Amino acid sequence: MSAVLESFATAFRLIVHADPALVRTVALSLAVSGSACLCAAAFGLASGAWLAVARFPGQRAVLLVLDTLLALPSVVVGLAVYLLLSRSGPLGSWGILFTPAAMVIAQTILVLPIVTALARQVVADALRDGGDQLRSMGAGALASAVLMLMHERWAMATVMLIAFGRAIAEVGAVMIVGGNIDGVTRVMTTTIALETSKGDLPLALALGFVLLVVVALLNVAIALFRRGSSPLAADLR
Amino acid sequence: MVARGLIGGRRHAVLVMLFALLLAGASTFAPAQERSITMASTTSTEQSGLFAHLLPAFKQATGIDVRVVAVGTGQALDMGRRGDADVLFVHDRQAEEKLVAEGFGIQRTDVMYNDFVIVGPQGDPAGAKGRDVVAALAKIAARSASFISRGDRSGTHAAELRYWKMAGIDAPATKFAGYKECGCGMGPALNIASQSDAYVLTDRGTWLSFKNRGNLKVLVEGDQRLFNQYGVIVVNPAKHPHVKVQLAQAFADWVLSPAGQQTIASYRVGGEQLFFPNAPH
Amino acid sequence: MTMLPASTLIALRDASVAYGAVQAVRNATMRVAQGDFIAVVGANGSGKTSLLRLLHGVVAHSGSREVLRPAGVQAMVFQRPFLLRLSVWNNLRIALWLAQPDTATALREERAEEALRRVGLVALRDRPARSLSGGEQQRLALARGWAVRPDILFLDEPTASLDPSAKNDVEALLADFAADGMTLVMSTHNLGQAKRLANRVVYMDEGRIDIDLPTADFFGSGTLGRADLFLKGKLSWSLAG
Repeated sequence: MSAVLESFATAFRLIVHADPALVRTVALSLAVSGSACLCAAAFGLASGAWLAVARFPGQRAVLLVLDTLLALPSVVVGLAVYLLLSRSGPLGSWGILFTPAAMVIAQTILVLPIVTALARQVVADALRDGGDQLRSMGAGALASAVLMLMHERWAMATVMLIAFGRAIAEVGAVMIVGGNIDGVTRVMTTTIALETSKGDLPLALALGFVLLVVVALLNVAIALFRRGSSPLAADLR
Repeated sequence: MVARGLIGGRRHAVLVMLFALLLAGASTFAPAQERSITMASTTSTEQSGLFAHLLPAFKQATGIDVRVVAVGTGQALDMGRRGDADVLFVHDRQAEEKLVAEGFGIQRTDVMYNDFVIVGPQGDPAGAKGRDVVAALAKIAARSASFISRGDRSGTHAAELRYWKMAGIDAPATKFAGYKECGCGMGPALNIASQSDAYVLTDRGTWLSFKNRGNLKVLVEGDQRLFNQYGVIVVNPAKHPHVKVQLAQAFADWVLSPAGQQTIASYRVGGEQLFFPNAPH
Repeated sequence: MTMLPASTLIALRDASVAYGAVQAVRNATMRVAQGDFIAVVGANGSGKTSLLRLLHGVVAHSGSREVLRPAGVQAMVFQRPFLLRLSVWNNLRIALWLAQPDTATALREERAEEALRRVGLVALRDRPARSLSGGEQQRLALARGWAVRPDILFLDEPTASLDPSAKNDVEALLADFAADGMTLVMSTHNLGQAKRLANRVVYMDEGRIDIDLPTADFFGSGTLGRADLFLKGKLSWSLAG
C-alpha cells in the first residue's frame, strides 16, 4: 500500500515539475494516438456508415471478419506492420520503421476495426429508426449514411473516445514498430514497460498515474465542450 | 451547401484548438536526422545505462546521433539480416560470427566484456555459492531448486544454455522441475526470481541497476567462463545498400579507438566498473 | 380495360403487398384523383399503412400500380416524424435539398421560409427540432412535406400521437392544404376526423379494400351508409374528437 502512495506522490511531483523529458514523452503519446484516431476516424466512420447502408453479397462474412478484428492483439498488429515496413519487407523503401510515423500507422490499423464496427452499429440503429422516412424524403444510400453520421455525432464522439483510449493505452504495437528509442519513439506506455522491466516499479506506477491524469484532463475538456454545444443543453438548465 | 451554418462558431473554435494541439504534439516528431544511425543492441546493455554514458561522448566527437533499438540478441541479429539497423552491438560471439559468415555483416570485432553472475536467495538452499559456475548449476539441478531462465534466444540465454551443457545437462527444462522459462528480458526475469526466491543467471550490469532485489544476493561470480564478450558489427551494404555504412563505420571505429575504450571503462554504477574494454590493438 | 378519368393521378389494379408470409394488402383496386382527400380507415393491422406505402410507391408489390403523371411530386408525413438532431430550420433545408437537389440554394431557402410561415413555426426556427412539442414536430413534418409542393401528400395517422389542441392545429392545416388544391391521402382510425376532413373514405379490413365511397355516402343513412358497421366496435367513433 505504501508503494502505491509513494507512486502517487512521485506522480504528483513529476506533473508539478514538468520535467522536459516527461513532457516530451507525454506529448508524443498524445500526438501519435491522436493522429492515429484522426486517420481511423476518416476511414472508419465512412466505412462503418457505408456498411450500414450497403447491401452486397458476402456482407455477413465481412461483418464477421470485422467483429473478429476487434480482438486483434496490439502486439500482432505491431508485428505485421514491422514486417511490412522492415527494409526487407514490401514497404521497406519508405524507410519509416522506428519512427513515429510507423507508430501512427500501427495504431490506426489497431483502432480502425473499433471505429468501423461501432460506427456501423450506431448508423444501423439510427436507420432502423428513421431510414424509411429519409428514403421517402428522397435520400439515397449515400445521403442516408452521411445524414445519419451527422445525426449521431455525439455517439460518434464517444466512439472516437473509445478508440483513443485503446490507442493511448497500448504498448505492444508501438514497442515493436517504434523500437522505444530514447527521445525519438519512446511514449508513455513503452516508458512504463521499460521501467517495469528495469525493476523500478514505483516509478513505473507513477508514470501510469501521470498517463491517467493526462487522459482525464483530456476527457474533462471534451465533456465541457459537449455540454456547451449539446442541442438539448437549453432544456437542461 | 447545407453544411454551411451547421458548424456553429464554438464547435469550430474547439476543432481548431484540437488541431493545433495535435500539430504541437506532432512537432515533437523528431525530424529524420541526416547524421544518425540505427543501432540494434540488447535490452541488458541498454538497461545497464552504458549508452546514456557512451553515446553522448560519441556525438560530441563526431556529431552523429545513435538511435538505439534495444531488443533481445536474437531479434537484434535479425534486424541486421533484415537491414533495419546500420550497426549491431551484441554479446553472442557464435551467432555474430555466423551472421558475418552469411554476409550480413562486414566483420565482427571484440569491444568489451562484462561478466555474468548467478544471483539467488540469501539462504542458498542449493548450496551454490562459490566461484565455479558449472558446479553451482549442477547443485541447483540436483536439488531441483527454482531457477528462472530468460528463454528468449538472447546472448544471456545462449550463455546460460552453454553452462548447463558444461554441467552435463542438455535440456534443463526437461531435467528438473524447478527450471522455469519466462521468454522475457533480463529485468522481468530478475523480477520473477525476486518474487519467487529463485536462482537466475544475470549480467552484472543489469543486476547493479536493478532496484527490486527482494531477497536476492550474488552467489556465484569470478569464474572465467562467466565473462560475456561484446562485439560490434557494421551491417553489410552489399546486402542492404541503404545502410549508412560510413556513419556506422565511424561508430565502430570510435568505440574501438582509445577514446571510445576509455569512455567504456569510465562507466561506473555504484562505484563499480561494469564493462571492461578489450578491443584488439 | 376501363379508361381512367383524366384527373387520375395513381391507379391500382389488383395490387397486393406481402411481407414474407404475411399478406398486408390483398388485390387492391382503386384510384387517386386530383383534388381527392381520401381517408383510409380501418382497425390496426388492417393494412392502412401498407396501402399508403403502396400508393406512394415505396414497397414491392404484385399487380399493377400506374402513376399517370410520372413527374408528379409526392411527399409523406408519418405518425412520429423522424427529425434530425438539428434546428427546425436546418431540418427543413435538408428535406428540401434531398427532394430537390438541383434547385438553387437561394430558391430552396425561400421555399423553406414560406413553409415555416405556412405552418406557423417561424418563431421556433432556431430551436433544436427534437425539443419541440409533439404537435409542433408534426407541423414541422407538414412543413417538410408542403415545402416541396407535392401533387399528393400522404399522411400515416398524422394526429394519432397528439393531444387534442395539437390535433386541431394539424387538422386545420390539412384542411387549408386541401382548400389550396392539394391531393391528400390520409390513414386514420378516427372516424370523426375522416368525416371532418375527407371527401372520400376507403375502408380496409384484413388487407382488403371493402368500401370506397364519397364521405357523404359513407356516413349517410340509407343503403349505402356503412358507418353503422363500425358502431359495433370495429373502429373508434368519435364525432367530437
